[in-house]
Amino acid sequence: MSAYSLNASSRAPTGSRLLRYAPALLSAAVCGAFATLLPTIASNEVIRVAWPWIPGLGVELSFLIDGLSLTFALLITGIGALVFAYSASYFKGHPKLVRLLVLLVLFELSMLGLVLADNLLLMFVFWELTTITSFLLVGFDHEKADARNKALQALLVTGGGGLALLAGILLLGAVAGTYEASLLPLAADQIKEHGHYAAILILVLIGAFTKSAQFPFHFWLPNAMAAPTPVSAYLHSATMVKAGVYLLARMTPTLGGTEAWLWSLTIVGGVTAVLASIWALRQTDLKLALAYTTVMALGTITMFLGGASAIALTAAATFLIVHAFYKAALFLAIGILDKKAGSREIDGLGGLARPMWRTWIVVSLAALSMAGFPPFLGFIGKELKYEGALAVASEPLLVVTFAVLANAMMVAIAGAVALKPFFGPRRTPVEKPADPPFAMWLGPALLAVAGLGFGVAPQLIGSSLINPTTSVMTGDLVDKQFKLWHGINIPLMLSILTFALGVAFYLNLARLRRLLARLEERGLWAAESGYDAMLAGLKAFAAWQTLVIQPGRLTHYLFWTAVTLAVLIWGGLVAGGFTVMPKAYPMPSLIEWTMLALATFGAVATVVTRSRLLAILALGLLGISIAALFVFYGAIDVAITQLLVETLVVVLVAVALLKLPRLTPHRTINVRWSHLGVSTAVGAGVSLSLLAVLSTDLDRSIPSFFEETSVPEAFGRNIVNVILVDFRALDTLGEIGVVVIAALGALALLRLKGERTKEATR
Amino acid sequence: MNSIILSAATRVVTPLMVAFSLFVLLRGHNEPGGGFIGGLVAATAFALYAKAMGVPATLKALRLPPPTIAVVGLLMSTVAGLWGLFQAGAFLKGMWPLYGIGLPIGSVLLFDIGVYMVVVGSVLTILFALEFDVANSDSEDLPGGED
Repeated sequence: MSAYSLNASSRAPTGSRLLRYAPALLSAAVCGAFATLLPTIASNEVIRVAWPWIPGLGVELSFLIDGLSLTFALLITGIGALVFAYSASYFKGHPKLVRLLVLLVLFELSMLGLVLADNLLLMFVFWELTTITSFLLVGFDHEKADARNKALQALLVTGGGGLALLAGILLLGAVAGTYEASLLPLAADQIKEHGHYAAILILVLIGAFTKSAQFPFHFWLPNAMAAPTPVSAYLHSATMVKAGVYLLARMTPTLGGTEAWLWSLTIVGGVTAVLASIWALRQTDLKLALAYTTVMALGTITMFLGGASAIALTAAATFLIVHAFYKAALFLAIGILDKKAGSREIDGLGGLARPMWRTWIVVSLAALSMAGFPPFLGFIGKELKYEGALAVASEPLLVVTFAVLANAMMVAIAGAVALKPFFGPRRTPVEKPADPPFAMWLGPALLAVAGLGFGVAPQLIGSSLINPTTSVMTGDLVDKQFKLWHGINIPLMLSILTFALGVAFYLNLARLRRLLARLEERGLWAAESGYDAMLAGLKAFAAWQTLVIQPGRLTHYLFWTAVTLAVLIWGGLVAGGFTVMPKAYPMPSLIEWTMLALATFGAVATVVTRSRLLAILALGLLGISIAALFVFYGAIDVAITQLLVETLVVVLVAVALLKLPRLTPHRTINVRWSHLGVSTAVGAGVSLSLLAVLSTDLDRSIPSFFEETSVPEAFGRNIVNVILVDFRALDTLGEIGVVVIAALGALALLRLKGERTKEATR
Repeated sequence: MNSIILSAATRVVTPLMVAFSLFVLLRGHNEPGGGFIGGLVAATAFALYAKAMGVPATLKALRLPPPTIAVVGLLMSTVAGLWGLFQAGAFLKGMWPLYGIGLPIGSVLLFDIGVYMVVVGSVLTILFALEFDVANSDSEDLPGGED
């Protein structure tokens, strides 16, 4: 990260202040526009707009705003505005600032499209766009091999999941008869009873689990921390990784409620949540620790989406918002520590509460929400989680255990983030740590304060946003009252247990970390090695098959091309039943026999001779005899072309002749026999199939069409040429395109070789 | 190649062949011929010229580097297609603006000239690159690129 500050002073070609902050202002304006829709959504109406796109395939440009999509749209644009402003300051003077802002805006638009699209295929297009833009953003420091590798990993994991999702969507559309997400719940019963339900469920879940970093696909998310911190704050806490969760929420009324859905979401989400919070404890890099707690949060949301009851779904929707607020704030604050205090290692920082008091306040507020202390929104989220866990349909005790364990470890991590860097003896790599400029602490501060404000007055977002979101998932109206104080009940008891456990974890943090490090050395939980092994295997397979199919020998390529041709022709002949004899068999004239004899002589001589010069001449003889045959049959244009091509081939080969190696230097008898066999098969097959063509009645409709229309419509009497340049001109255009590409390719190859020889001889 | 007979003959034959190639190109719509065949004839003519006079002299005579000729030809054919698209709503539809006054000249001829130039340019690109490569690997001190 220090590289950015070095660049900052030396060169600053990144435009005016207005330009730098334009994305933030625009995003804030869009967020405001979405906010005006809140009353409409709060009264449980939906807004849908659609334009036709590919009507034949059922693809519509249709967009839907309901509680669920509005929640996401507000988070995307609101947090987007704060992150953009933060980035403009964080990367001030960085030579690639414009690139970063453009990519961030492109990502924001893709993400908005994803959550607003009603048509699932349209949603999939945006889904892939977020994958691609996030690849570019994770690999933002593309000069570093490490960043490139990790960007590629994120791309492969989420992109692979995307392919599964596409298959799932296509199956779903085929079963339901519509791709509109808003219409799918109407067909829910039909889908769940259909034989393809299991396949649809598995494919959609793979898509969602890879995108939202669920176990065992979680590993790409912590690795994606190679991205600059503002990017991580935006993509890997608040938006992109939530796309999978969004998909699950969107699919809940359509696919949810079955045993398979309940168990897979509960188990995968629960296991992810607990494992991720253990991994988070283990980290000493604050950013990595936060990345793992994000995985934990995603796991928790997934687990509650599996809960099926209205209260469990409310818990998922609430925690989604809670998490976006505190996690984005913390990520941005870690970026501040990294830039202004010079490190994000938990053991490398200390005593910063006085020089960086603004940052400390922000971090504490966010961390209190993360730990779930009252009166923060996090507390309400946690109470709802426990209430929801007790109400889940599958296995309440299991879910409660998962939730308490994960939350207790969150308390410990929140404590570590908020206390360790700011108290104790002063430790920083930087001489004078200080608070950042306004644009950098504004974002995290607003987010942290929102966590407090909405905690004190939860009804503000409860009835306008969370209830409509839950209603979308359950399918009927949910009217949950949000309160800080519920009286003394089981969730409160569980909260107290959580805090006790959390404090115990925090006090024993160093010991726990050592224990986990030892377990890690024994190779436990190595899901990433599976990915590595798969990738290595894929590369090895690619190298092997390239060696087999493309050994770089022209003979080899021609041999297999001929084998393929022979198989296809003979397959066709056998399938067609060998109706090969023409009805009338015209006797060739003497001159035709002569030409045939010359052609045959040329062919045999080409194969037999050991001299390239003789071979080329014999090949020319073959070509010219055939051109003569064309003349006798009236195909003048073809004959002329054949003759000219023969001439040019001789000219071209003559140039290269001196440089070509001797013919047949190391060919064994077996190879020669196999070549003879293949060429005989091709020759005999082609002859037989031509005879077969002649034995059928020629369909005159196409030739007569050209004969009748050539003069009146294309004003030309030479039908061959009229076909080439008018009737079938598109084919010709494609062909001359190929000719130009081939010529330029040959030029490039020969140039490259020329330069290599030049270098070698020097 | 320094044969007096070849170079003397080439001075006469090459212009004739180029003229003939243009004749073949233009008559192609009604008689055997057309852009592809005309292009092959012209390419043969310049190949002969290059054999007799050398590649640098041929490049000078051509005025444009062969790859440029090929690409311009491809562009012309594409433009001929766009003409029909913009004026008649169908890509590559034949346009005959002067047919009313008896001249069969229009987008189809433009297309065929494009084909002609693609063939000439592409064949000569490969031929000269080969010539240069072969000559270059013989000795080191030959002039740089051919264009």
